[in-house]
Amino acid sequence: MTAFLTLFHKELLRFWKVGFQTILAPMVSTLLYLLIFLHVLDAHKEVYPGIPYTIFLIPGLVMMAVIQNAFANASSSMIQSKISGNIVFILLSPLTYQQIFYAYVLASIARGLLVGLGVYLITLIFFDIPLHLPLWAILFVVLGSAILGALGLIAGIWADKFDQLAAFQNFIILPLSFLSGVFYTIHALPTGWQYLSHLNPFFYMIDGFRYGYFGVSDISPYVSLVIVAICLVGISIIAIRLLKMGYKLRH
Amino acid sequence: MLPALEIKAIYKSYGRFPVLQDVSLAIQSGEFFALLGPNGAGKTTLISIIAGLTLATSGSVHVMGYNVVTHYQNARLNLGVVPQELVFDPFFTVREILLIQSGYYGIKQNTRWIDEILARLDLADKADANMRSLSGGMKRRVLVAQALVHKPPVIILDEPTAGVDVELRQTLWEFIKQLNRDGHTIVLTTHYLEEAETLCNRVAMLKQGRIIALDTTQNLIKKIPHGHTVRLRLQPDVLPHELKHLQVSCRDGTIELHLESYQQIEWVLASLRTAKIEVQEFRLQQPDLEDVFVSLMKSDRSDLQ
Repeated sequence: MTAFLTLFHKELLRFWKVGFQTILAPMVSTLLYLLIFLHVLDAHKEVYPGIPYTIFLIPGLVMMAVIQNAFANASSSMIQSKISGNIVFILLSPLTYQQIFYAYVLASIARGLLVGLGVYLITLIFFDIPLHLPLWAILFVVLGSAILGALGLIAGIWADKFDQLAAFQNFIILPLSFLSGVFYTIHALPTGWQYLSHLNPFFYMIDGFRYGYFGVSDISPYVSLVIVAICLVGISIIAIRLLKMGYKLRH
Repeated sequence: MLPALEIKAIYKSYGRFPVLQDVSLAIQSGEFFALLGPNGAGKTTLISIIAGLTLATSGSVHVMGYNVVTHYQNARLNLGVVPQELVFDPFFTVREILLIQSGYYGIKQNTRWIDEILARLDLADKADANMRSLSGGMKRRVLVAQALVHKPPVIILDEPTAGVDVELRQTLWEFIKQLNRDGHTIVLTTHYLEEAETLCNRVAMLKQGRIIALDTTQNLIKKIPHGHTVRLRLQPDVLPHELKHLQVSCRDGTIELHLESYQQIEWVLASLRTAKIEVQEFRLQQPDLEDVFVSLMKSDRSDLQ
């Protein structure tokens, strides 16, 4: 247990020590999105009955910040350790591959939640945001950040260079999060796009998270929960298997 | 008694290219052991296999009786490895790194031992410095310290003195010798053969992935077949005709002769006296590990094993 707690603590310190760049900067950019969208779009149009666009947008942005930072945390920690070579200290130690997995993923959840909570608290100053079912919101935000933490771990293990990781981030994570209904409800989309959105696992994270706020969602939160849970289990199994095999870590 | 480190029939190949071929080796508790060989002989690969960083194609390794693959946790708890590359984590100070490293091995309170390691490696005044700010030699010391936080019974050092100044080499070896006296088993690879010769009681030489010699340092030196080398400075700087066939080289006025036995010295000196050549400098060189090493690396097959 001490070994796992130490690695978890180290992973927390790693981003905390550069918190300006790992927590504050993403908070600022998320709030900039909010500012811009509110000025450009019709903020008073109601998305759901009684829920104007502004309020609808905020949980989406919070979740997007969580997703992107959870991914960034595990992936950048892993690739930095691999490229600088200091991953060797973890590989030489008696840490089990499960302990390594849980430490990286939990630290990613922590960073995702910190950024998300920061954005949420700041928006609370300016807007009156309902939070009808906080447990649902917490459930989805934790599961979502865990999925992205595990995915980040996989990407960090797989990538040999920073540009490969950047490609993973720019061509997979970013489009999936932008096209998941962060900025809109999928009912506003043409049918074809609606269908495609249902194939995007990020859609269920965000829709379920919104359900926690408003008590309404595009699809049933139970369906979202099952799909998100299956994603988490599947991605976790892959990540743990890669660690167990020593894929790109032990030759 | 169970060997501290037991390597059995290790093969390792990358694709079709064999890196280690049938390497078997048992190192007893308390030994000070050297692994020698030219670059590319497979030393670092062998160490990586022992450390679990690399998986062998076949064969097994046990550290203090624990298989490094099937019982990796216990094997690693008993092993401290100083990697060859100067790797470090730029986010932390020296003390933080050592506390984190202790934690990985399940040790919560380790301040006293960390302080002792820091003092012994002359790192005490750098304890709170960030890793980034340290010089290469200092980083090397931290690597050694990191390998020792859990007081492992078996310590492996992969070229710990490569590119390190003389002062640190001395400090480091004093500390390692002390650890060996305290009962730790030490395995090292080095390019400095005199280090292996003065420190180690047993040596294995690797060439192209095979062990070509494995014996005590003294025995290896004794077994060296060829004779002695004499270095001379003469006035005038010419060798009498009858000695010419002994000459190996002549550089900057220093003539090197190869003698089969000590008895020839008498004859060489007599010939020089007769020819009225004055001996200004005379040095007889004892065979050392380097000679063994060079002769083994030159020969394709060795009968020393």
